[in-house]
Formats: sequence, C-alpha cells, structure tokens
Amino acid sequence: MTLTQHDIDQEIAAEHAAYEKRVTDGAPMEHHPRRDYAPYRSSILRHPQQPPIAIDVSKDPELVELHSPAFGERDITEIDNDLTRHHRGEPIGERITVSGRLLDRAGRPVRGQLIEIWQANSAGRYAHQREQHDAPLDPNFTGFGRTITDADGGYRFTTIQPGPYPWRNHLNAWRPAHIHFSMFGSAFTQRLVTQMYFPADPLFPYDPIIQSVTDDSARQRLVATYDHDLSVPEFSMGYHWDIVLDGPHATWLEEGR
Amino acid sequence: MTKIDTSRPETVLPTPSHTVGPFYGYALPFPGGGDIAPVGHPDTITLQGYVYDGEGKPLPDALVELWGADPDGNVPTADGSIRRDPATGGYVGRNGVEFTGWGRIQTDANGHWYARTLRPGARGRSAPYISVCVFARGLLVHLFTRIYLPGDDAALAADPLLSRVDRSRRDTLIAEDDGKGTYRFDIRLQGEGETVFLEFQ
Ligand SMILES: [Fe+2]
Repeated sequence: MTLTQHDIDQEIAAEHAAYEKRVTDGAPMEHHPRRDYAPYRSSILRHPQQPPIAIDVSKDPELVELHSPAFGERDITEIDNDLTRHHRGEPIGERITVSGRLLDRAGRPVRGQLIEIWQANSAGRYAHQREQHDAPLDPNFTGFGRTITDADGGYRFTTIQPGPYPWRNHLNAWRPAHIHFSMFGSAFTQRLVTQMYFPADPLFPYDPIIQSVTDDSARQRLVATYDHDLSVPEFSMGYHWDIVLDGPHATWLEEGR
Repeated sequence: MTKIDTSRPETVLPTPSHTVGPFYGYALPFPGGGDIAPVGHPDTITLQGYVYDGEGKPLPDALVELWGADPDGNVPTADGSIRRDPATGGYVGRNGVEFTGWGRIQTDANGHWYARTLRPGARGRSAPYISVCVFARGLLVHLFTRIYLPGDDAALAADPLLSRVDRSRRDTLIAEDDGKGTYRFDIRLQGEGETVFLEFQ
C-alpha cells in the first residue's frame, strides 16, 4: 500500500495535537523534535527506546563534555564561506548571503567556533553520489562551506538559493528548500546540527522533518528572516538567522578574549 | 523571528535540532578524521566498531565524533583537526605533533568506523572515557554516549555515571579489549543491547 501525503498529513496532525495536549496538561515546552517521530519514517528504527541517563553537569565541572574541541584559522580557507567561488565559473541560481550570530542560552556570543553548511544546488540536487534526483548538477557549485565565528559570534556565508527536492519518505514527498548547518559551542554538550529554512515556504505543512519540531514557535526559529539591509546591491539577497545553542556549559571561559 | 534580541533573555530560546540527513558525506567528513593520535605516540589506542539500527542492521551513513582528554587528563586546546591548504583548498591533515582530541568518522558501507587516538587520562571523579556524539539520517537529535576503557575495575566501579547505570546495561559503555591497544565499541541505537545514551542537564 502506497503511503500518501494525506496519510503523512494525518500523522503530522496527530503528533501536533498530542504535543498541544501535553503542554495543556502542564508538560514543558519542547524545543527539539522527539527522536521517535514516525511521520519521518527513517526515525522508526533509529531512535533509542530506553530513556537517556541524565548527567547533572553542575555536580562535576571536570567533565570533558563541558569543553569544546578547538578550531582555528588553519581549519578553514579564506573563501570557505563563499560557496559561489569554489570553482572556476559562476554557479547558476539566485545568489544569497546568510548571516547572523551564534549565541548560547544566555544570549552571549559563541566566539571563534566552527560553523559548517551544506546544501543542494539551485535545481535541488546535492553533489553526493548516492543522490539520484533527476535534476542537473552544477559543475560550478559543490554546496559546502565553513567559517569561524567572529568576536561578536557573527558568521556570514555567500551561496546560492537551494532548490526544494523530492525524497522517498512517502509518495510525492518534497523537502522545503533548506541549508544544513553544523555548530560547535563552548562545550561539546552544546553541539548542534540542524537545517535553516526560507520564509513562507509553501512546503512547510507537508514536510515531516520540519514538522518534527511540534512546537509552533520553536519551528519558526528554524526559518531565516529576509533582511533588506543584508541584501547587496546588484549582487545578492540577504537572510538573517541567529542560532541559539542549547545544552549546559561551564562558566564563560572565553570572556574578555 | 530569527533575529534574537539578547537584551530580552526570555526571547533567547534554543534553535531546534534536525537530522544530519543522508547527504552530508561530501561536506562534514574529512581525510584522516579518525587519525587523532600524534604520529608514533606510545599511548596510541585504536577504537573501532559498528553502528546498528533497531533490526541489528549496520548503518552505512552514521557520523561519529569523538572528543577526549589527553593521557594526563588535560583537555586538548590545539586547533588544526581539519588543517587546510590555502593554495589548493584541499586537506593537509593533522600535523602529527599536536593532539586536538577531536575526530570525526563516517561509517563505511559496512557500518564500520575506526579511530586512532590517545588513551585518555582520568578527570575529576570519572574513570577515563572518550565522549561520543552520533549523528545519522533518521536521527532527529544527535546522541551522546561515552567509551570507557576496560582494565581498571576499581576506577570503573567508582565512576559516578557507571555506578548509576543498571548492571545489565552498564557494559554497553565499556569497550571490549581486543589486545594490542585495540578496543571494540559498538553503538546500538535501538532494541536488544541498546547503548546507554546520555542527556546533559
Ligand atoms: Fe537536505
């Protein structure tokens, strides 16, 4: 029996209603997806069934997880954050700049840390061999970049607006356009991998991955804001996206650096 | 709503996690990602294992990150895990001298991963361990676990985490000694023998 979009829509609605009921009944807001979110079929065999063991980091400041691996200028090149310059020619598509700040839960900047991004090209195709979506590869676009945050936690990438692409979660499944992001904090506990979306994408309601974030306001935090001040005249469209890392961390060691 | 006003702390809420997806392979992994130990270091150990799903099938697309202290129990502060060549943009690998403590390995087509790193020293009240972060398609939020090394039963018995874990599951956190400084550590995401995963609060 073919799994249709209608089937998935119903499952998404049921998960959403179940979350709203939990909150109404007094349960805390959920900022992150639950790992067992069946509308995203690949999660079914890949989530633990046992509850995690909680570690109260305040009881042991020596935990190695309260520190982060270090990255520096040696780990990037000058053009890593400009994905339009990684080949001889110009990639095809709408040029964009994505910029924002990397923050911790207290709103403090996370300085000198690594941000990595990867994405599909403007036709919705990844430069990955296992990706067989029938859309053209762009010889001038790989779709992968790195940067290190500045003293203000700021980052900036120049890239191409990624296209939406089909996948096989169910019949006629399409991912809204997105850029994958990977972040390090000042502690390994703050590690985050996620996806940034673009404003008002009509595919949001149909996509079980963005809908796995069942809290409506949390889901909005994955969507960048169009920012005209970030648009570069006759060059690119600008999007602003601030990132807030979760997870406990040690006393702010970087202050004053 | 993605410009955060840091003057209003109540608006500073976490960015939700998402799966790493199936197509990170040309972006995140880098050559020598698992060759963390400086060349010829006497405290080098090899860690290896498989990542399995709930049906016991190995994952050909899991990403494992390791992060650990040096043999004296100090936290590494050297960068340079992903050293690059400014001329070509390519990877030049770690310099073979400094210990960054961090590595990243994608499982191969058989679901197997390996890393060579330094035997960690103890910190605080914990027995020596290496922190592990697992990412995969299908995994909406990454998973943390730890690799403890076997041998020092007294230290393992006194470890604040291990002493809280149910006896029947405790061994999922302790690598198996395969001899000659090689240890096996499998990660089972679900079902029988499910690895103990951690949540930091
Ligand atoms: Fe994607």
